[in-house]
Amino acid sequence: MTPRIRAIALVLLLAGVLVGGIVLSAITGQLPITPTEVAGSLLRAIGIDTSWAPTDPIVESTLWVVRFPRIVMALVVGAALAVAGAVMQAIFGNPLAEPGVVGVSSGAALGAATAIVLGASVLGGVGVALFAFIGALVATLLVYGVARAGGRTEVVTLLLTGIAVNAIAQAGIAFVLFVADTSSREQIVFWQLGSLGGTLWPQVLVVAVVTIAGVMLAFTLARPYDLLALGERNARHLGVNVERLRLGSIVLVALLTGVAVAFTGIIAFVGLVVPHIIRMVIGPAHRGLILASAVGGGALLVLADLLTRTLVAGAELPIGMLTSLVGGPFFFWLLYRQRRRSGGWA
Amino acid sequence: MSAAERAGVVPVAAGEAVITARGIRVRRDAREILAEIDLDVRAGEVLALVGPNGAGKSTLLSVLSGDLKPNDGTVELLGRPVGAYRALELARRRAVLTQANAVSFPFRVIEIVQMGRSPWLRTAELAEDQLAVMTAIEVTDITHLLGRRFTSLSGGEQARVSLARVLAQTTPIVFLDEPTASLDLRHQEEIMRLARHLAADGRAVVVVVHDLSLAGAYADRIALLDHGRLDAVGTPLGVMTADRVGRVYGLEVQIHRLGASDRPIVLPLRD
Repeated sequence: MTPRIRAIALVLLLAGVLVGGIVLSAITGQLPITPTEVAGSLLRAIGIDTSWAPTDPIVESTLWVVRFPRIVMALVVGAALAVAGAVMQAIFGNPLAEPGVVGVSSGAALGAATAIVLGASVLGGVGVALFAFIGALVATLLVYGVARAGGRTEVVTLLLTGIAVNAIAQAGIAFVLFVADTSSREQIVFWQLGSLGGTLWPQVLVVAVVTIAGVMLAFTLARPYDLLALGERNARHLGVNVERLRLGSIVLVALLTGVAVAFTGIIAFVGLVVPHIIRMVIGPAHRGLILASAVGGGALLVLADLLTRTLVAGAELPIGMLTSLVGGPFFFWLLYRQRRRSGGWA
Repeated sequence: MSAAERAGVVPVAAGEAVITARGIRVRRDAREILAEIDLDVRAGEVLALVGPNGAGKSTLLSVLSGDLKPNDGTVELLGRPVGAYRALELARRRAVLTQANAVSFPFRVIEIVQMGRSPWLRTAELAEDQLAVMTAIEVTDITHLLGRRFTSLSGGEQARVSLARVLAQTTPIVFLDEPTASLDLRHQEEIMRLARHLAADGRAVVVVVHDLSLAGAYADRIALLDHGRLDAVGTPLGVMTADRVGRVYGLEVQIHRLGASDRPIVLPLRD
């Protein structure tokens, strides 16, 4: 198979998984809803009345108040995290860089928790998102400043920096919890577990706008990211303004991670697993990688969210726990492989 | 009209200076890496930078190519101070083959070579891009590697692919930092011959080499560096005398010539 055909096949497959996941998510739950009712309700929303449209107002409101916002949120958060991972790997020159692993997500979580305690959440979703963005930005700058040497990052340095940043951010979160009043504390603890339950449309809107803009920006930067793989000096020789690209990308990663974490808590390893698998299938060129990561990340989280709702009857698992359960071993395997290939810590 | 003309890269007649460096001084941690360097690079010549380890060859190359701003002195490249160019403008005027050429992700060889065309994005015709890439692939002898992943190649193969990327950039000035370091005998000769062809084509080629005989065989001029200073600049025969090479390298050598050739061969005195 030529790379182009592989890419098309992959996108079709991912799109199929995504659509399948969305339909399954929409029909599954305490109130069973048929696929035709879902289709009818969607068609009615865009002005086409069909006989499929649900007549029961409870079905209608279950779909539009509970399930659809949740599905769209899973979709955009997954896309944001996967693309943030791909961008991070490009500027760190290391396939193991990921917002969760290196502490950017924790930084965002600290920001969001602070916002909740300070009462910035009364501003609605935007206040929490803004604080999360600032937390993520500080963490990214910290990791970037400390872990890189000569345009590349050694695995061991990256991971150690991640441990340090995670520790600082977790200490910060612990302090915020300590000073918080009971209701804020409860809100933070619940949110920290990572969940898409109770998603509201205004929150979805904030995340969706930032994610779409972020993915588009990352896509336009695909070519400079390719050149960056040659090393910073060589990228500069080929006309890339490396300093500007770097700074812009750090803000981009912080934005994508910040909005994703602000409403759903820390969902780790999406940014690691998704770009990695896509690179294995269609190669490392960033044009395809970024697009496919956005679709793949969305599909993964929609499916993961469905699993959290259905694995244990009558209960809902934290989605962050589920992704870590899958992503953790995957990370182990990557580390092991990289270690063996380079004969030690490289 | 070619992409270069459209982008305003003006051709220079052979023999004219394309780079003029004056009074270059580079200090690092109170240590003088380069001092009092005046050097011209001319269109249509191969200029070899030679000297012992730590003499400042790579640093000088960085200064001339605009990577490193000297503490004192000026570098003019095609009539403008090298620092006044934007990264993209510079990328259309000079290409650099660096010593280290690791690639972070497993790109295919053909993709790596095509990256050399990126400064000409939206200025070059497709046919011009393809011709530049095909030519670069052919002269570096990497046709059989095109489908492979760069990360799976041997050191010498990686060096040739990186060189192909630099050639695909089709710039009037080409810097090569130890292009022969990891190559076998045949490819060493071919790369230096290639440098000669580029010069015959009107380009300026600045090359750092360790092998003095190789430099002597292919360079029009040789610049010999010693502890950050230019010891001599001139024709191979003029620069490479047994006295001078012996003094700079701290090793007794003899200079041979095959017949009436003006290409010196440098050999250490051995028992």
